[in-house]
Amino acid sequence: MSALALSLTDIHKSFGDTRALDGATCRVRRGSIHALLGENGAGKSTLMRIAFGMLTADRGSYERDGHPVRFASERESIAAGIGMVHQHFMLIPAFTVAENVALGGHGRFRASDAAAAVRRVGEATGLALDPQARIADLPIGAQQRAEIVRALAHDADTVILDEPTAVLTPSESEELYRWMRRFAAGGGTVVLITHRVREALGVADDVSVLRRGRTVLAGAAHALVEDAVVAAIVGEALPAGGDTPVNATDGSVVFALRGASVRDAAGRERLRPTDLVVREGEVLGVLGVEGAGQRELLRVLAGRIAPTSGQVQRPPTVGFVPEDRLEDAVIPEFTLTENYALAHAGALRGRVAWAREHDGAEQVVAQYDVRAAGVGAPMRALSGGNQQRFVVGRERQRAPEALVAENPTRGLDLRATARVLATIRELARTGQGAAVVYSTDLDEILALTRRVVVCFDGAVREIPPPADPTDRSPYARALVGTDA
Amino acid sequence: MEALLAFWDGAFGSTFAVLSATLVRATPLLFVGLAVALAFRAGLLNIGAEGQLILGAIGASAVALGMPGWPRPLVVLCMLAAGALAGGFWAGIAAVLRRRFHVLEVISTIMLNFIAAAFVSWMVRGPLQEPTRVYPMSESFAAAARFPFLVPGQRLHLGFALGVIAAGCLWFVLRHTAAGFRIRAVGAGPRAAASAGGIDVSRVTARAFIASGALAGLAGASEVGGVTWALYEGISPGYGYTAIAVALLARLDPRWVVATAIGFGALEAGGAAMQRTAGVPAVAVQIVTATTLLAVLGATRWRARRRREAGA
Amino acid sequence: MLELLIIPFLEATIRTATPLAFAALGELVAERAGVINLGMEGAIIAGCLGGAAAALAGGSGVGYLGAAAAGLALAAVFAVFVVRIGSDQIITGTAITVLGLGVTGTVFHLAPALVGVGETLPTTGPIAVPLLSRIPVIGRVLFTQPAPTYALYALVPLVAWWMRHSHAGLALRAVGESPAAAAAAGVASSRVRALAIAFSGAMGGLCGGTLVLAQVGSFNENMSAGRGFIAIAIVVLGRWTPWGTAGAALVFGAAFALQYLVQSLGLALPYQLFLAMPYVLTLVLLATLRGRAVAPAHLGR
Repeated sequence: MSALALSLTDIHKSFGDTRALDGATCRVRRGSIHALLGENGAGKSTLMRIAFGMLTADRGSYERDGHPVRFASERESIAAGIGMVHQHFMLIPAFTVAENVALGGHGRFRASDAAAAVRRVGEATGLALDPQARIADLPIGAQQRAEIVRALAHDADTVILDEPTAVLTPSESEELYRWMRRFAAGGGTVVLITHRVREALGVADDVSVLRRGRTVLAGAAHALVEDAVVAAIVGEALPAGGDTPVNATDGSVVFALRGASVRDAAGRERLRPTDLVVREGEVLGVLGVEGAGQRELLRVLAGRIAPTSGQVQRPPTVGFVPEDRLEDAVIPEFTLTENYALAHAGALRGRVAWAREHDGAEQVVAQYDVRAAGVGAPMRALSGGNQQRFVVGRERQRAPEALVAENPTRGLDLRATARVLATIRELARTGQGAAVVYSTDLDEILALTRRVVVCFDGAVREIPPPADPTDRSPYARALVGTDA
Repeated sequence: MEALLAFWDGAFGSTFAVLSATLVRATPLLFVGLAVALAFRAGLLNIGAEGQLILGAIGASAVALGMPGWPRPLVVLCMLAAGALAGGFWAGIAAVLRRRFHVLEVISTIMLNFIAAAFVSWMVRGPLQEPTRVYPMSESFAAAARFPFLVPGQRLHLGFALGVIAAGCLWFVLRHTAAGFRIRAVGAGPRAAASAGGIDVSRVTARAFIASGALAGLAGASEVGGVTWALYEGISPGYGYTAIAVALLARLDPRWVVATAIGFGALEAGGAAMQRTAGVPAVAVQIVTATTLLAVLGATRWRARRRREAGA
Repeated sequence: MLELLIIPFLEATIRTATPLAFAALGELVAERAGVINLGMEGAIIAGCLGGAAAALAGGSGVGYLGAAAAGLALAAVFAVFVVRIGSDQIITGTAITVLGLGVTGTVFHLAPALVGVGETLPTTGPIAVPLLSRIPVIGRVLFTQPAPTYALYALVPLVAWWMRHSHAGLALRAVGESPAAAAAAGVASSRVRALAIAFSGAMGGLCGGTLVLAQVGSFNENMSAGRGFIAIAIVVLGRWTPWGTAGAALVFGAAFALQYLVQSLGLALPYQLFLAMPYVLTLVLLATLRGRAVAPAHLGR
């Protein structure tokens, strides 16, 4: 048996125009816990989905236990002894634990056998579960245990966990780590995808760091220093030119949060009670990994959701540029003019003055340098960058005083990114109005503003600018929670 | 061959054919086609046009039979109003079920179709039955309740003109009014409509549903007022389902619905003639309807896939 | 009273419910896989035609096979569009139904001899089960029925057992709840849906075959009379379970049989009330019992 449970070499994978993996390599030793680290969009999940057979690589080689393989489906990888616990659970809520575990088998289904398997795995690993419980009724921690049990019940000797502790309480996380150690000690292999550096270094034997689809660091955990790992995750690149606007601190208040918090439908607190003030002429940068609470923060500021408790003060109209442009900001089949009109569609009355909408759209196109065949072109004919500039322009026009942008440069190439950022920078330069911008790219935020807050686990903390402007470690640490 | 000639003759061969057969048969399809087009534009699967049409027919018939002695314009107007209200009401039931109780409108509208069929069956054997109590149909309408003809000597009646006007109105509403824009937005991008547009999606959808039902109800009113001059079972031989083809083929554009409705009207007229003269059954026309639908479905997906592959 | 009214009523209930139950069971399997098969009506009428033609050629046994095959063929077209091409289920189903009605109607007019119009088809009459049919009341009602009914007595528990106690049944239900989660567990979701559609088509065909060969005795245009849509209502009323479906089929069967009972009793109630009752009941149930919560989560998508 090979010393390497999984060996992925020089993997390339693109989705349309987006390069998700650009030569990633990962070697996982048998019987080890391997942490796969990186920011959002670094390619960690994509790489492991290829390992699990959910996706196929465009280029590169993959060896399982020393044998070259190419899994065309999950069925094949499961048969090869690989199991995966997904970030967003792939369980059937209406089914019981036993039914979910048994899914994918053959022949006669005996509920009692399935239940026995659940109990057997439970005893061997300490992951106790009631086989008859319905997934929908179980707390998150238990649901995750069910996913793990399912992988193990199919005799997986290699288990991939995608951001498992994102939804667990600290004590549940501890239990999970204990299981991982037991499993590895018994000869099993664990791949832990996470963005939490401290956690990774604490439990893993080996570490690989991905950045922009490439492996930038790989080695034994005990030989690595936390700061070096953090640096590898966020990269060393300096902010790309341009002066950082100095934020005015004495303008009138545009946004204010007083103890505002948000609970989701399940009752979980996604945003903890927060106090925040943003003044005229300021650009507030927001950082945070997925699920850290910035989504709720931005929407409360933009007036798209109401806080569950606390108060929010904001201008009557706030421009909002959401992350999922094609679903939430524009209607792809509609023309530019129609998409322009969409922004105030709720308030329109009687006849639509298309001539006026037409002019408004043309103004946006001209002012924000949108490359299009005319305002009569459908939105989907524009490139991503141009679509985004149109959206930013439309929102700026609609609400000159306030703009909230959620990952506005996502999926855009370098040039489009620069132009969108320039548009936002203009807002602060003119001194009127305020902008709140969220990005997963630290470089970008620092190129825009000095005033930065970081979201982590629902808490919002302001990070004062470090004395050395090229020092990015305070932000990096706050992002991954290592400075708490 | 003989069959095809008979078909053409029956649909377009003479003035009579065109005016009395094709366009007359196109009229209900026009209204129901508009109803379906409106619903689909709003993102609703309204399979209940059959039932809404029947309710419209019942409503219009009740007015026609219950208002003797009134001047014709008033009676006709009331019949149309009653038809629209009844159809809108019937769709409203499904709309409420969808909005308040999250019942899939596909299922509820089909159920309502059956209930409407039962309802009309009872009506023509009970409250609205003709005086001799022999036949399952209503009494024939008085002259005041019969829609005027548009061309002397032909059977083309007011309903067709109203249908064309309705198509124009619907086009205008969808293209030039705020309400119409909101309907289109909700159907094309419900999330963006809610998020970027601040539109109350569920309210817009419910209203569009009711409007769609009203249009289908007008189809029923038009049939009893312009063609049959009485109410009986089977007033709709599957118009609600043919209308789906009418609407889809017209790419949900009200102006084109006029054309496709006439096209399908021609199919029916030609089919009837084909059956009379050449013995080829009229029902063969349904095969054309079905294959057209499937072709449109296939073409839509093919186009979408081509666009996806081009990396748009 | 018992002899004259109740027993014929119960017999009629079972008789009317039988073809409905076939179609409903088929629709159930399709819907548990997440597919609303609006083409069921087309499958039924195709089964009527196929059954008549095949029986004419080779006797009633062959007739039933032909019926199932005809339904299956039509459902295969449906499957290609919905599973392979990804077309909208509702519109495709409507097209399939119109296609079925159109083709069968055309054949009926153009080649009536093919379906034995004017001739007597080899039908299957009621068969009395040896001992059981002697039981008072129940014996006549349940055990003096044509062969297809007995097939149902076996089929319903079989489907029920299969859905709960086989891995294939588990996979079917999983695909209807979440095709993505099913795939993550190694289930071939597309194949499951295609097979489910095929089964529903065959059952629809059997429904048609039963209508022709065990009840009416001949083929007639449009003789499916909306049973395909009724099957959808039955599945909803039966809360998407096999036994529930069988029960709901009986409810619909009783509702239709009730009309004759009411008429022979000379009651002043409009029989249409009973015609409409099952549909109203379905709507009420859907609204109050949060039907959405019981339906397969991925139904219709």
